[in-house]
Amino acid sequence: MAVLNYTESSRKVEEAIYDRVIPSGEGWMHELEPGQVLRIVDLEGNQAADTLFYHAEDPEDHYSAVATMLGQKNIYLSTGTVLRSESNKELLKIVADTCGRHDTLGGACSAQSNTVRYAHDTLPMHNCRDTFMLQLSKYDERYTKRDLAPNINFFMNVPVTSDGGLTFADGVSAPGRYVEVQSIVKTVALISNCPQLNNPCNAYNPTPVRVLIWDK
Amino acid sequence: MINSIWNKTIPAGGKWSGTIGKGKLVKFTALGKGANLSTIMYHANQLTERYNMPDTLKAQHTSHLTKGHVLMSDNGRVLTSIVEDSLGWHDSISGYTSRKETDEKYGITTYQELRNNWLRSGEENFAVELVRNGLGVRDIVPVLNLFSKVFCDENGDMHYVEDHCQEGATVTLRTEMDTLFIFSNTPNPLDPRNEYPSVPIQIEVFNAEPVKDDDVCVNFRPENRRAFENTWEYHTLLSDSKSVVLK
Repeated sequence: MAVLNYTESSRKVEEAIYDRVIPSGEGWMHELEPGQVLRIVDLEGNQAADTLFYHAEDPEDHYSAVATMLGQKNIYLSTGTVLRSESNKELLKIVADTCGRHDTLGGACSAQSNTVRYAHDTLPMHNCRDTFMLQLSKYDERYTKRDLAPNINFFMNVPVTSDGGLTFADGVSAPGRYVEVQSIVKTVALISNCPQLNNPCNAYNPTPVRVLIWDK
Repeated sequence: MINSIWNKTIPAGGKWSGTIGKGKLVKFTALGKGANLSTIMYHANQLTERYNMPDTLKAQHTSHLTKGHVLMSDNGRVLTSIVEDSLGWHDSISGYTSRKETDEKYGITTYQELRNNWLRSGEENFAVELVRNGLGVRDIVPVLNLFSKVFCDENGDMHYVEDHCQEGATVTLRTEMDTLFIFSNTPNPLDPRNEYPSVPIQIEVFNAEPVKDDDVCVNFRPENRRAFENTWEYHTLLSDSKSVVLK
C-alpha cells in the first residue's frame, strides 16, 4: 500500500455558507466561485462520490483525469493534487483530505457497464451515469452526454500494480472522512452519490455524503 | 500472405481520421523504435458513443492493453478487439501531447521557419480531425497510445518504458462496430527523450474472418463475452436479421 496523504482542515462547520446531505443514489450540481472550498464528507464510510468538474465559463472544457494524473505524474489524488481540465487549465486544488487517496481511473458506473461487469439483468438498476445525465438535463442545456468525461471517485481505492493489473480494493475511507477542494476558477461541480449494489467495495450498501461550502 | 485492402503510412507528427467498417483487421507496424500512436475511437453511426478508458480497464481488471483485451465504448459494447500483439503492452492512461508541452520539450518551431517540419502536437491534431468530423475538443476522451508502455509503481507514480517498442513491432485491432478512428502520430507525453521521435507508422486493413466460438477476445473474460453480446444485440436490432421476429 502506498503512503496515504492525510491533511486535516481548520474550517469550522458552523462557518460554512452551504450544508446539505446528498442521499445515496442521488445527484447534485452546483457552481463554485473562485476561492470557494467544497468539502465532501463520507458520512458512513466507503461510499463512492462520483464527481466531475467543469469550467463554468467554458463548460466544454471538462475535468480531465489524464491531464490531472499527468500534471503530477501519479495516478492517485490527495492533498496538493491540482484538478485540471482537458485543455490543462487548473480548475481546483485538493486542500485537505482525511481519507488519503482517491481514484480517477475507475470512472462511473452505467447501466451498460453494469451489464458488462456483472450481468445483463442489471440493466434496469440505478447507476451514476444516469444520475449525471439527469443532473445535466436539469441544470443547463449546454451540457450533454458529450461532456461526461471520466470522473473522480472520491473515497474509492483502485490500486494499479506495476505488472499492469487493476483491482477494486477495500476502501481506505471510514465514517466521517472528508476531502476538500478549492476552486481556482469559477467551476461547476457534478456529483453522483453512487447507487452501485453489485460491488463489495461499499459493502453493497450505498450511504449518504454531506457537502459543505466555505467562501475561502 | 493475404494482401491488404488498404494501407497508409502516417509520418511522424502526422494524423489521419476515417471510418473503418466492422469486420476488418487494422494492423499497425512501427517503422522504427520508440513509436507512439495516439488513437481515439468513436462509433461511426452514433458519434456520442466513444471509447471509454475506465469502462475498458475496470471490466477487464487491467491497467494495460494487449491481445485478448477489447476496447469498449461507453455503451458497454466492443468497438474493437486486440487480436494480435507483438509487444504485450499498450497504454491508455497517459494521454496526448499539448502544443505547450511540445514547444517546451522539443523547442519552439514555426511554419515560417520549418514549413512542413513544423512539429505537431496531439492536441492540435485531435482538434483538427474532431472538427473535420463534426465533433469538437469537448469530445476528447482518454486516448489509446499504441506502442507505449507506462506502468505505475506502488506509490502510483507513472513510468514510461523507453526501450519498449522496437522497429517492426505490430499490433492488430479487429473492428467489431463501424468505427471512426482518429490517429495522431505524436509523442507520448511521458517519453523523456527531448528529441522529437521520427517514427512513421504503417496501417494496413484486411478483411477479417467471422468471429468464431473460440475467439480469444470473446473468451478472455466473462465480461468480454457480455460486451460482445451487447454489440451483437445492437447489430441484430439494426439489421433485417431473420432472428428478429415481430408478431
